[in-house]
Amino acid sequence: MIKNKSLAVKLMLIFSSATVAVFLVIFGFNYATARKIIERNTRTQAELIVQSAVFRIEGVLRPVMTSVGSLAGFMSEGVPAQDRILRMLRDTVANTPEIFGSAAAFEPYNYLPGRKFFAPYCYRDGGKFRNSWLDGSDYEYFLQDWYQIPVELEKPVWSEPYYDEGGGNILMATYSFPFRNPVLKARVDGVVTADVSLERLTRIVSGIKILKTGYAVLVSKSGTFVTHPNTQLIMNESVFSLAEAAGNAPLRELGRRMIAGETGFSLINTATHGSCWVYYAPIPANGWSIALFFPRGELMADISRLNRETMFLSALGLLVLVFVILCISRSITRPLAAMSAAAELIGSGDFDAPVPAPETEDEIGRLAGTLRYMQNELKEHIRRLTETTAAKQRFESELNIARDIQLSFLPKLFPPFPDNHHFDIYALIQSAKEVGGDLYDFQMLDEDHVFFVIGDVTGKGVPAALFMAVTKTLLKVTATKNVSPEQVLAEVNDDLSEGNEKAMFVTTFIGTLNIRTGDIIYSNGGHNTPLVIRADGTASYLEPLEGMVVGVMKGMTFRKATLKLNPGDMLFLYTDGVTEATGPGNELYGEARLLADLQGVSARPIKEIVHGVLGRLIAFSNGDQADDITMLLLKYYGPEHPREIERTNNILR
Amino acid sequence: MKQKKINPLLTAALLAGMLLVPVPAALSGARAERGSSAGPAKLRFMPLWSPQAQFAGYYMAAKQGFYKKRGLDVEILAGGPQAPAEKTLRTGGCDITLLWLSSALKMRDSGFQLVNVGQIVRKSALLLVAKKSSGVKTPADLNGKKVSIWPDFDTQPKAFFAHEKIRPKIITQSHSVNLFLTGAVTAACAMTYNEYHTILNSGFNAGELVSFAPADYGINFPEDGLYMTRTSYEKNPEAACSFAKASVEGWLYAFEHPREAVAETIEYMHKARLPANEAHQTWMLNAFKTALLPDGRPDNAGLLDEKDYTFTAQELKRAGIIKTFPDYKSFYKNCK
Repeated sequence: MIKNKSLAVKLMLIFSSATVAVFLVIFGFNYATARKIIERNTRTQAELIVQSAVFRIEGVLRPVMTSVGSLAGFMSEGVPAQDRILRMLRDTVANTPEIFGSAAAFEPYNYLPGRKFFAPYCYRDGGKFRNSWLDGSDYEYFLQDWYQIPVELEKPVWSEPYYDEGGGNILMATYSFPFRNPVLKARVDGVVTADVSLERLTRIVSGIKILKTGYAVLVSKSGTFVTHPNTQLIMNESVFSLAEAAGNAPLRELGRRMIAGETGFSLINTATHGSCWVYYAPIPANGWSIALFFPRGELMADISRLNRETMFLSALGLLVLVFVILCISRSITRPLAAMSAAAELIGSGDFDAPVPAPETEDEIGRLAGTLRYMQNELKEHIRRLTETTAAKQRFESELNIARDIQLSFLPKLFPPFPDNHHFDIYALIQSAKEVGGDLYDFQMLDEDHVFFVIGDVTGKGVPAALFMAVTKTLLKVTATKNVSPEQVLAEVNDDLSEGNEKAMFVTTFIGTLNIRTGDIIYSNGGHNTPLVIRADGTASYLEPLEGMVVGVMKGMTFRKATLKLNPGDMLFLYTDGVTEATGPGNELYGEARLLADLQGVSARPIKEIVHGVLGRLIAFSNGDQADDITMLLLKYYGPEHPREIERTNNILR
Repeated sequence: MKQKKINPLLTAALLAGMLLVPVPAALSGARAERGSSAGPAKLRFMPLWSPQAQFAGYYMAAKQGFYKKRGLDVEILAGGPQAPAEKTLRTGGCDITLLWLSSALKMRDSGFQLVNVGQIVRKSALLLVAKKSSGVKTPADLNGKKVSIWPDFDTQPKAFFAHEKIRPKIITQSHSVNLFLTGAVTAACAMTYNEYHTILNSGFNAGELVSFAPADYGINFPEDGLYMTRTSYEKNPEAACSFAKASVEGWLYAFEHPREAVAETIEYMHKARLPANEAHQTWMLNAFKTALLPDGRPDNAGLLDEKDYTFTAQELKRAGIIKTFPDYKSFYKNCK
């Protein structure tokens, strides 16, 4: 998907998502760290608060426990008289301000035989101390928790908190200490007790202020709330009943840990204050537990605000970043788009299309510079190309003219001697280039002799053509001097060699035919050996005749040879463009193929024979002509033999 | 010092004990009238105690019009310590009330003519609870251990001990479960719908407790039953049966719609200015399901099993609590 987006969008997406990712990692780390720090600080703070509260609560409970403990000690030493018991109770209440009232309760019939109940009680009433009896028919103290539990457990016990019904609905707890029979140590004789108002305890706990909404609670051994900011819950609900009502299993687990006397710090959900950090610790004196609730929302308020601000700033920063990226990418893409448009125009041929000027030194600037350079170079190149093309066209037209001139040198009207019935000649030249170096010629030297020549100048093009023109002219001129062909070659060789600095040369085969006898005298200047085609259809190469190429070295001599043509025989001359035509796999056409081509053709018109060879050559080389192809076919009809009339212009272009 | 966290059962029992004074039957039950001629039959119903889910079935029967549908004009009176059920029935303060079978048999033994018109709580909700940590696994493990029981409801647990052939050390249990919680006793009595929940809400998980229901061992003392004086019953037995049937319907409705039943219960509690705890009331309602339908068959609801009746009466007689007990048929009026 992103592949199809513009560069600006891509950059924006990549950069902004990378930035967001980096930011989130930093933010998360920051948040986690801050949270850990707050958690640690909260715990430390909670520990200090709880330690101090526990210390103060113990300060209320411990003196009570000590007083009651010593009272029980007295009782175990010997059963005191009633007066003394009352005095001791009074002293206990008087000496320990935390104690509201104190009782000594005996097992049934243990104090005095015959007296079932014996439980004197001394309590404060304003500034005074009053005595009363707990026993009575409607109040069997043996069945009360404060009595029964320590007796059964045989150890001192703090009761669960309760509302004192007589003392103005004050929350109280009783500390009961069983004492043993002075004589029968194994027997519990009764308990001494102290009733303590929990007002000071609850004030200590309620007085703990935590943040704005945090709070402290004190729970009894059974998890009942002794203090709670919601006073409705006090003594009515326990941690467990709240947990049950809210279906809050972790809260129940917290309660279990609290009443088990554990110390801990954990995160818990509360119905009223949401998620809270809770620190809890036991009060060793009575096994109750104090817990501090730090509402997490409030603890994290600063962090949350900071987070919100950071988030806001980050979002703002991201917007700025996106804007900057857009600007940057536009500054990149605008010239790129302009360059792209310019390149398109240039591509379509508008070389003057405006290319944005390089404004900067960076890659974009360099690209603009390069594009301009390319445009200029292209323009220059095209200009040069145009010039060259024009020159070439001129040159070509000149070449064409040259070719026309060259061809005009060569006899191109066939049959060349329509009135002569003794022989006929057909020749064609097909140049590889516009102007070639091959040549052929023929002329009547006198009434009985016809001179014929075929040649091939080294090289091609204009120099070869000029050399060919010179050669042809020289041959023609020399031949008309009525000298033997080998002398013609010798003379022409001398003339050409002179001042031939370019060391150009020509291979040539010349001969004269006596049209009365059919005798041919010929000489060869390094040219391909011609073929003779007899009237019966058999074709064969002449005996090779040695001879140097013409035009290289002065003073060369050439040999002559003779050949007798009978009526209907033909002599086939050709240049190496025929035998060296290349076919598939660089295979040469070769002399053997040529020989085969010319077998059995004697009955056909000479023009057909030549064009038949040409057709096969073209087919063989697949139209790919490498060298000039020149062929000349001379047919002898005999001294009196009439011949068919052919009058055709056979010069092939 | 005088702690008053009053247990409804104990107080009811104490008051019952105090008020075992025969009252002429003619003084009571005169209010039930035939509804056929003089409009709907008026019935004043006194619950056993202050409003709680123990009476959710009657509240729902009233709310859903099950009484009205049967031609009854039922007034649910405000129960509680100020209006003990037995006393109210004796003095004619109500036409119909709830009593435990054992209480009713004691009243009957004292000469007060009353009849059972429907046994609502057919399976005793009494439990003996111990901590698993104390090593108790079977009732036999309680042998020789301290077990606290309510003095006024000791017949059933004692019958259970005899049945199990164990002799625990019996401690008198008062109004709290603190004896048990502090470990002063190995096992204690608890009502499934009340004290057992208190123990759970003191931090003990059910999995940490082991409890024995004597009823599961055949020691079943049916509890809440509907009682009228014989006189008022005989005046309009149809009304009595209609009341019993409508009440059972109310209970079945309450079990089907626990939220509505608990909400209605709490409404009653608020009217009586009592602190209401939804969780506890839900618990209680659930506990009553087993108590009402021990066999899970609604068509058996309200039935006083003759075997349970005879067993309870015999055990009370053996314990010397009652001297005689009436014939099942003359005591229980099956409305089926």
